[in-house]
Amino acid sequence: MSRTFLGMPATAPRGVGHLRGDEPFPAAARRALADPQLRRNLGHATTTIRAKSGAVIAELPDWQQLRAAGSAIKADVLARLPELLEQLELAVTAAGGTVHWAADAVEANRIVTELVAATGSDRVIKVKSMATQEIGLNEALEAAGITSVETDLAELIVQLGDDRPSHILVPAIHRNRAEIREIFLRAMPGVDPALTDDPAALAAAARRYLRETFLSTPVAVSGANFAVAETGTLAVVESEGNGRMCLTLPETLITVMGVEKVVPTWQDLEVFLQLLPRASTGERMNPYTSMWTGVTPGDGPQAVHLVLLDNGRSAVLADEVGRQALHCIRCSACLNVCPVYERTGGHAYGSVYPGPIGAVLSPQLTGVADNASLPYASTLCGACYDACPVKINIPELLVHLRDRAPHPRAEAAAMAAAAYVMDHPALYTAAQRAARLSRLAGRRGRGLPPPLSGWTASRDLPEPPPRTFRQWWAQR
Amino acid sequence: MRVALFVTCLADTMFPAAATATVRLLERLGHEVVFPEAQTCCGQMHVNTGYLGDALPLVRRHVRTFAPYDVVVAPSGSCVGSVRHQHAMVARRAGDERLAGQAEEVAARTYELSEFLVDVLGVTDVGAYFPHRVTYHPTCHSLRVLRVGDRPLRLLRQVRGLELVELPQAEQCCGFGGTFAVKNADTSTAMLADKLRHVLSTGADVCTAGDSSCLMHIGGGLSRLRTGVRTVHLAEILAATEETGAVAAAGRTGART
Repeated sequence: MSRTFLGMPATAPRGVGHLRGDEPFPAAARRALADPQLRRNLGHATTTIRAKSGAVIAELPDWQQLRAAGSAIKADVLARLPELLEQLELAVTAAGGTVHWAADAVEANRIVTELVAATGSDRVIKVKSMATQEIGLNEALEAAGITSVETDLAELIVQLGDDRPSHILVPAIHRNRAEIREIFLRAMPGVDPALTDDPAALAAAARRYLRETFLSTPVAVSGANFAVAETGTLAVVESEGNGRMCLTLPETLITVMGVEKVVPTWQDLEVFLQLLPRASTGERMNPYTSMWTGVTPGDGPQAVHLVLLDNGRSAVLADEVGRQALHCIRCSACLNVCPVYERTGGHAYGSVYPGPIGAVLSPQLTGVADNASLPYASTLCGACYDACPVKINIPELLVHLRDRAPHPRAEAAAMAAAAYVMDHPALYTAAQRAARLSRLAGRRGRGLPPPLSGWTASRDLPEPPPRTFRQWWAQR
Repeated sequence: MRVALFVTCLADTMFPAAATATVRLLERLGHEVVFPEAQTCCGQMHVNTGYLGDALPLVRRHVRTFAPYDVVVAPSGSCVGSVRHQHAMVARRAGDERLAGQAEEVAARTYELSEFLVDVLGVTDVGAYFPHRVTYHPTCHSLRVLRVGDRPLRLLRQVRGLELVELPQAEQCCGFGGTFAVKNADTSTAMLADKLRHVLSTGADVCTAGDSSCLMHIGGGLSRLRTGVRTVHLAEILAATEETGAVAAAGRTGART
């Protein structure tokens, strides 16, 4: 066995994909917070999903045991990931599929583009997939003259609106039905100009458009929720059935999957297929669970490819504390319960992975310097940890990443000084006196200087007391 | 019982009423309170802002200060949460396994006030009198880190004269989050606005909680809007009696604009 140290695994490359925002979280959040329609749409949608999910989770007496099992299976997967991936490759290959290994977004995009080009088609239909959003596959295909059509209804709304997804499960959560009607009227080919904003009418319009596309496109691209190492089976869970159209009708099926999605055995799906729908859509079982194992002659796609994507995941795996972020099954429960996400929406996070899981996953995939504001986009209220079906301790990870993030120089100096003072009781009591003196000398009625002015912009400061506790104690 | 008061730096410096109330309450219940004067800050602000290295001497100081005591009580869910769930981690990261072990021992003997009253002393009626309409905000760290559950409510229900009104969406964070309130001031304010709306909808004249930090945040908003609703720490309500004059009991609303 080689003992050569090959260096730390690479993070996701810059200039490709959607893991980095254009501006820090506080600035992007500030804009989102000022959008009343967005606030209303998000508040309504997250409240609805929370209630639905809470009700079906409460039905299961063994929910906590399921969470523990899901977490344990994922920890086992991460502990022997190379072995499981090679087992998966063997099984997929034996079943007639082809496995490709992509170190990063650039390589994955090149592999998929070449596979599509080889079929001669200039169009692909897509199953909703976070991995392909992460690597910016649609843009890469477009650069090669290939059109991608998103077939998940919400993802289609985002695509037609020339917009960005803002939620892992419900990418158009920031839109309401009136806005969706306008997007369809503007951008959907062949749409009825009398379209109303009735949800059934909107769904019917999308269906008419998509059916035609399903029947005339020979290549599909999907992600995968799970891949079973022992059988080579890939699985996609969804609600609409559009995914199944993509997975069954075309001649060629290309699946792009993050390496952490592998599970050891078929039986492990028992755990995750209970956890995922209840935590994500708030359903007991999702309406469509599609599974395929390589190629079945005469039935479904006859050319089946699996692209295994790293794109920074090995770097996450190398961090003993951080690696639990790779447990994520993309249910988005943490987004729905997060008081920050509920108010800012997903775009403020800059990455395709928003919300609490995005705040710990994106900075790890890119290297924390490239997403340094995200670990701070949380009050550490802990609602995400309670909601996570695979028990990712997101608050612990946020603190871990804050410790590793580059710190502003003035803040670092102030923190070091504060720690020094607090470790010297004489200095500490002197500082307490100074705080009280400021009441007489100082800034009453004028607020605080930046960055502390962030407090006084909307909140009064408490009046410093006449005596500290320890003075009271000494004098009693 | 001999109880060491872990006052917390915030209560010591800015909200001594919560701390003096804790002392008066415990003494009224017949216990001896001692105040180890070497204590300063538990280091939670440093840990939660990402300065684990700077927090190490503060963890060491806290552990050294409280190691000699059998029982440590603090009027703060958040600071007890830091002691229980962060101190050993900070020590371990610095490679100090011995300190981590000691931190775990101190943490096992450290209680948030409502936990101490209900679980250790086994009381819910502490003989308090507080004739006000009160709503209770369960702070995130009391709720989800310490899991104090309904202990504070059980204590409040026994307070004579107190009318307890339920806070809508009580379990949502008020938006404080330590340095979050400054680093993400806009998002913090948006969360606070909803919390204030819910507090005001109850018609309460007092909002209480087990953490001075969250109360400073909520109180700062209530004061800025001149709502006439004040924040009072749970300890102050439980310490108030007919004799001490509960109507004018402490509970300053912030007034510094």
